Amino acid sequence: MNRKLLIPLALFGVLFAFLMVGLTLNPREVPSPLIGKPAPAFALVTLHQPERKLATTDLKGQVWLLNVWASWCVSCRVEHPVLMEFAKSKLVPIVGLNYKDKPDEGIAWLKQYGNPYDVSVVDRDGRVGIDWGVYGVPETFVVDKAGVIRHKHIGPVDAAALESRIMPLVRELQRAS
Amino acid sequence: MTARLPRWIAVLALAATLGVRAVHAAEALPTEQDPVAQARAVKLEGELRCLVCQNQTIAESNAELAVDLRRQVREQIAAGRSDAEIIDYMTARYGDFVLYRPPLKAITLLLWAGPALLVVLGGWLLLRIVRERRAVDTAPLSEADRARAEALLRGDAEKRA
Repeated sequence: MNRKLLIPLALFGVLFAFLMVGLTLNPREVPSPLIGKPAPAFALVTLHQPERKLATTDLKGQVWLLNVWASWCVSCRVEHPVLMEFAKSKLVPIVGLNYKDKPDEGIAWLKQYGNPYDVSVVDRDGRVGIDWGVYGVPETFVVDKAGVIRHKHIGPVDAAALESRIMPLVRELQRAS
Repeated sequence: MTARLPRWIAVLALAATLGVRAVHAAEALPTEQDPVAQARAVKLEGELRCLVCQNQTIAESNAELAVDLRRQVREQIAAGRSDAEIIDYMTARYGDFVLYRPPLKAITLLLWAGPALLVVLGGWLLLRIVRERRAVDTAPLSEADRARAEALLRGDAEKRA
């Protein structure tokens, strides 16, 4: 048999392999350049006590999660029971970033479905969201004791993501000094 | 009023030539008065990708994030930042993915050089195939073949040389 005839077949094989790998990738997940960088600073009023402010500097020295949510966000409803269950473990403080939401609607949403957050802060016009590179709510960030972003989860957090990635990472970061 | 009229026409002409993008951008901030800043904003917005609807620029997209990012571009132009500073601001937050024209880096080398490489490779293959064919067509006849051809032409085909 002519060996030259195998060349198109080999090319097809390479293309096929690339396309198969491509099918398993999620184009919606844009890798964040902020991983390994200091978390962008903010000082925002809290949702439930508008006279009180919470700043990123207040959270230094502990591992914490930032969960971006909104009452208008449909996927947040999917994620919510998972977070409620996770919050019970008291493993790590969860800060909610109420993104581009009306504060009274955010408060009503938490009252109706439950509040998994230790505290929620208000990002009314989405500026802090842009600083954190938020583009698809919900998003969850893991921040270490030094205030460096270690992990970003885009889209609703599910039990598998919590158990396989987020919880082990949080424990590891908590052990580190 | 008469002094302002030509400028006004210039802005309109610019908006018309830039087409849809300019119209959308103008919607974002209708109070934009400075034609130079406007042109810069439109150009920058046409180079930044909307992360929500990924095949649109932030100039084309009406997603909330695109509106917010357009506002950022305009605010930063108003604050006197350079185009490069604004692009840096965006890539620091969203990565190179926000750029419609990815920068030339080690990992994007194949992306940029790929089409040129394919053209060169295709051209080389084509040249080789053409030359091979020509070589076959113009191969000189051997003495035996020539004699046989002559015999055939003479008509005594059965008498082999």
